[in-house]
Amino acid sequence: MNTHTETTRQASRPDTPGPAHQDGLIMRDVTMLLGDGEDTVRALDSVHLTVAAGEFAAIVGPSGSGKSSLLAVAGGLAAPDSGTVTIAGRPMTAASRRARTALRRDLVGFVFQSGNLLPALTAIDQLRLPTRFASPGAVGRDPMDLLTEVGMAGKADRRPHQLSGGERQRVGIARALVTGPRLLLVDEPTAALDQARSRDIVQMLARETRQHAVATVMVTHDTEVLQYCDSVYEMMDGALSKK
Amino acid sequence: MFLAVRELRFARARFTLMGAVITLIAVLMVLLSGLSHGLVRDGVSGLQELPVTSLAFSHGVARDAAFTRSVISLDTVESWSRQPGVTQAAPFGSALINARSSSGVEIDLALFGVEPGSFLAPKAATGSPLGTADGIVVSRTAADAGLRLGDTVTVDRLGTRLTVVGVLAEQHTFGHVDVAYLPLAAWQAIHAGAGPGEPVPDRARQEITAVAVRGTGVDLAAGDAAAGTESMTLSESYGASPGYTAETSTLTLIQFFLYLICALVAGAFFTVWTIQRKHELAVLRALGAPIGYLLRDGLAQAMVLLLAAATVGIGAGIGLGSLVGEGVPFALDVQAVTVAAALLVGLGLTGAAVAIARIAAVDPATALGGNR
Ligand SMILES: Nc1ncnc2c1ncn2[C@@H]1O[C@H](COP(=O)(O)OP(=O)(O)O)[C@@H](O)[C@H]1O
Ligand SMILES: [Mg+2]
Repeated sequence: MNTHTETTRQASRPDTPGPAHQDGLIMRDVTMLLGDGEDTVRALDSVHLTVAAGEFAAIVGPSGSGKSSLLAVAGGLAAPDSGTVTIAGRPMTAASRRARTALRRDLVGFVFQSGNLLPALTAIDQLRLPTRFASPGAVGRDPMDLLTEVGMAGKADRRPHQLSGGERQRVGIARALVTGPRLLLVDEPTAALDQARSRDIVQMLARETRQHAVATVMVTHDTEVLQYCDSVYEMMDGALSKK
Repeated sequence: MFLAVRELRFARARFTLMGAVITLIAVLMVLLSGLSHGLVRDGVSGLQELPVTSLAFSHGVARDAAFTRSVISLDTVESWSRQPGVTQAAPFGSALINARSSSGVEIDLALFGVEPGSFLAPKAATGSPLGTADGIVVSRTAADAGLRLGDTVTVDRLGTRLTVVGVLAEQHTFGHVDVAYLPLAAWQAIHAGAGPGEPVPDRARQEITAVAVRGTGVDLAAGDAAAGTESMTLSESYGASPGYTAETSTLTLIQFFLYLICALVAGAFFTVWTIQRKHELAVLRALGAPIGYLLRDGLAQAMVLLLAAATVGIGAGIGLGSLVGEGVPFALDVQAVTVAAALLVGLGLTGAAVAIARIAAVDPATALGGNR
């Protein structure tokens, strides 16, 4: 574990300007149109968003308002029509598809709605897989340490179908962190969980965010868990505003 | 391979089923290859064993019946031996006869008349070479069928008696009939229809079936023009063996379809497999897996499946082949089976590759929002 960088990053709070912002996510005037012809939807409409390293930001909003689109653009899964995205100072939007894949690999971790684990892999192998295609020289984290951290060490050899929804989500979080990302993008992590487990998972995300000085953006429907977040934004018809 | 092997293990029922299909195709392929090679051996091994590069038949002879229909003059041998590049030229006669051995075995023979001492004269493994007027040297397969050294063979209708003086080491068959070499003079008498003691017309002494030519860089067209003949290279002459073209083309067609089926089956399987995994692949792409990594992993998986299935199938096919009875023309040829196996795996892999290439088109953005 890298305690040195942790403490330095932890010191910087979201609203304090400084190098921490450079370490996190910056989205400037991002617009993305989806669909074609008459059915074109302004999925993102001049979105500005800054999330510093160690900051846990939440995005709420009705279904279809563009939350997933925001995560897709932030993580380089999709290219916006205009605007810029930088992660840890590296421009995402200027990059080619191949370069975006590489940046994603090095800088971004994704946590999906219900874990989205690979059915053929055991919990520990879910974490080992990303390290197989990590860029040379990348400093990842030890898969077993991470599983221990999310309380899944005892079930390292189980496959997804042998795990509960909450356990799958823990493994999903550990998988997202194994490459040591600077940005963690989380899409409705508690959609399939009951209240107690939802709280567990979000608390865990908050803890990991601070402990590893990651910039975390979580999309959620669950207002219960917003108390654990540093900042809350609302998405409405593609436009983002701070709550 | 990290993901590939784990998936193979996890979805082993599906992969085993698919592997079983490829295995059966491989078994069929080995059996067909053996049958094909066996038929070729049965049809033209007598020609394959000839130390010649081309044969000159009479001009305008029907290509598929040249060995029985062609008649040319002995003089043409002279003409051919003078052609540039020709190192050897010798008269060759062929005829198909029915006969009966002294031990009562009915036997069909392909008579190859050659001049004893010429380059065409065969080397008997047991017994003696061609020499005596009525001595024949027969294929090993004739000995397998019961013909012994010293046996007398009587040609039906003519009553000509021939004596087995030598047996060849290899199979020499022509049109599924055992070859018996005999002196050209004896062949000419039988070909002219002269029975024992009957005079052989002078004309018949001038007749042969073809000129057997051995050489390098021989201009066949020029030789034909000079000698008034029509040449076929040795391998072209296989087509003139009875039934050869029909048999081989049928088997080639079946084998072609087998390869096609293998490619399509592998393609169909990996198409379904890739589509089933589309969401997983999108997740992997979102996690930063390069397209190349996923393609290599998918191809490695297909390769493991195809190689394992082909190996089992070939083993089973060889095992089954060894059980094939004596009467069936079945002969496994290492080279033929190797080539067939490589084609099978190669085409299967091609089919799989086309399916696996879809990975490149998977949109990583679909990893988000998909509920599973
Ligand atoms: N591939 C697509 N093509 C066209 N429209 C799309 C596509 N994906 C999403 N949309 C539309 O874009 C808008 C935003 O979608 P999304 O970002 O998934 O919203 P949310 O995650 O907030 O529910 C919605 O109106 C949705 O219908
Ligand atoms: Mg969504």
